[in-house]
Amino acid sequence: MNIHEYQGKEILRQYGVAVPAGRVAFSPEEAVKVAKELDSKVTVVKAQIHAGGRGKAGGVKIAKNLEEVRSYAKELLGKILVTHQTGPEGKKVKRLYIEAGSDIKKEYYLSFLVDRATSRVTVMGSEEGGMDIEEVAATTPEKIFKEIVDPVVGLTEFQARRLAFNMNIPNHLINKTAKLMLGVYNAFVEKDASILEINPLAITGENEVQALDAKFNFDSNALYRHKDIVELRDFDEEDPKEIEASKYDLNYVTLNGNIGCMVNGAGLAMSTMDIIGYYGGHPANFLDVGGSATAEKVTEAFKIILSDSNVKGILVNIFGGIMKCDVIAEGVIVAAKEVGLSVPLVVRLEGTNVNLGKKLLKESGLNIVAADSLGDGAQKIVELVG
Amino acid sequence: MSIYINKDTKVLVQGITGSTAFFHTKQMLDYGTKIVAGVTPGKGGTFVEGVPVFNTVIDAVEQTGANVSVIYVPAPFAADAILEAVDAELDLVVCITEHIPVLDMVKVKRYMEGKKTRLIGPNCPGVVTADECKIGIMPGYIHKKGHVGVVSRSGTLTYEAVYQLTVAGLGQTTAVGIGGDPVNGTNFIDVLKEFEADSETYGVIMIGEIGGTAEEEAAEWIKANMTKPVVGFIGGQTAPPGKRMGHAGAIISGGKGTAKEKIEKLNECGIEVAPTPAVIGETFIRVIKEKGLYEKCKTH
Repeated sequence: MNIHEYQGKEILRQYGVAVPAGRVAFSPEEAVKVAKELDSKVTVVKAQIHAGGRGKAGGVKIAKNLEEVRSYAKELLGKILVTHQTGPEGKKVKRLYIEAGSDIKKEYYLSFLVDRATSRVTVMGSEEGGMDIEEVAATTPEKIFKEIVDPVVGLTEFQARRLAFNMNIPNHLINKTAKLMLGVYNAFVEKDASILEINPLAITGENEVQALDAKFNFDSNALYRHKDIVELRDFDEEDPKEIEASKYDLNYVTLNGNIGCMVNGAGLAMSTMDIIGYYGGHPANFLDVGGSATAEKVTEAFKIILSDSNVKGILVNIFGGIMKCDVIAEGVIVAAKEVGLSVPLVVRLEGTNVNLGKKLLKESGLNIVAADSLGDGAQKIVELVG
Repeated sequence: MSIYINKDTKVLVQGITGSTAFFHTKQMLDYGTKIVAGVTPGKGGTFVEGVPVFNTVIDAVEQTGANVSVIYVPAPFAADAILEAVDAELDLVVCITEHIPVLDMVKVKRYMEGKKTRLIGPNCPGVVTADECKIGIMPGYIHKKGHVGVVSRSGTLTYEAVYQLTVAGLGQTTAVGIGGDPVNGTNFIDVLKEFEADSETYGVIMIGEIGGTAEEEAAEWIKANMTKPVVGFIGGQTAPPGKRMGHAGAIISGGKGTAKEKIEKLNECGIEVAPTPAVIGETFIRVIKEKGLYEKCKTH
């Protein structure tokens, strides 16, 4: 789960990490009110969307007076921002972060993530701040430094110092930077983040070490123990079909094609998309109904697929393990009868209780094309959709 | 022969009284798995399908001689269940549970350092040695005893590959689902080493997916160490970057972990990759025919 920059900075504040003063605003009037209270020499007006690259896309403005704050706020609110992370359709700006401008002397890069290779939290730092870190990794990988954290002791002071030295932080600010890193580490583990990127981390003219941005991503598997984080979820930033699916614990991702897919298991669901592509079709979605789906869940999944007007045909591909084929069949039948099945439906069933499932479908009286194998199912649906 | 488990494996089921565990305990017993104990704190002294239930793993081990555990405990309690099994010095722990917080797994992995227990999973379908022992949630009837080893990050995709082999008359030694989480107990290379050393395994199918670099590392290892043929498949060739495809580990981020990169690496290391999930078996058969191993692999 992602949150906005202003929410991320609020979390960092709670852990003693220095961030510039600022508040969220939903209207130009509110933006001006916040700027007045901040009473800073320059004010930064920042579009809040769940995507990076906002600066380059024109989503961050520097205002020298309250009038400029008002006009920038007017300009940005409601604007569609297209960054390298939003996709070509972009994202509409509905919130602004109004922040006191900092006198930046130098920008650095700092991030925390769970590294698969070491199964540990890894801290990455670089003196090449403000830039796309993937670019730094490609051009000057020697400027990226890492510290791997032992979960027993957490990030240690010497590691934090070592990283700060490697990042070429000035000597008199090493301890301040190390302290900031320890605060960020605590926020990371206590809130169950999976990625936390501070780009840039800045040193100011007043010798402050500040987080000028905060991009958090939280482990969705751990949200059950973080009610405070769940409350920060911004539904405006998510696809309505994906929100609906998440209510039923369905793994759903909207794609651009016209063949709806319902599959059990993430690997098989991805591969079903692939094979549809291989035969020249285009999947409309990724949908993993999971292992413990009930007939009701399958029905909801089916409804979500059918609510996408692009869908011109559906392929159901189930290889039952935990998931029983008769449960899938029941759900499909209920949904098809309830919603009315207006597009071709190809069903391939295999695995636990397969014969019972096939029998239910056959006796349902619905116009269902049965497939013998995954390859057969994919070819049939691609042909039917045309 | 086989790897990890066989007909003598004595299994204990952690969380045996839950509904999923209950269903699969029955399925495993029907398959012939020797389930000697169950553990659910507070339900000690009761029985499930004739299997005695204990309050703690150590009690179950001491009284039944169980050497392998399978975990069906809900995610918030699953990390602790793994720790308890490791503490009881079991040989192998198979964790089926999905949605375990990744930082819980970071701690579990640290705790396991220097301990004797091997962990498979979490978020995996389990391990099956055909006709001998089934530990997990996979449908039993798709497997057939034979000479092909299967290792996979995905559950249902493993079934797909196994079933294609069985239908084509190629049995398996052991099929191992290593799970779809970014931090897990056993990786491809661990399993490949076992298959390489197993005298009954003549060839291996390795099924990967987008995210991370485990497939690339495995490909390098295969090139340097493996004498038996390996055929690969990579799921997620059409997955868009930045979108998590169900598994916590299946995400293309920062331009890394794409299917294209992985397939190129596998090919570079001399490993054939099936173009679609429907022809994993077919591709494997073609490769072993070329190597003159088909007759040897075919199960009569």
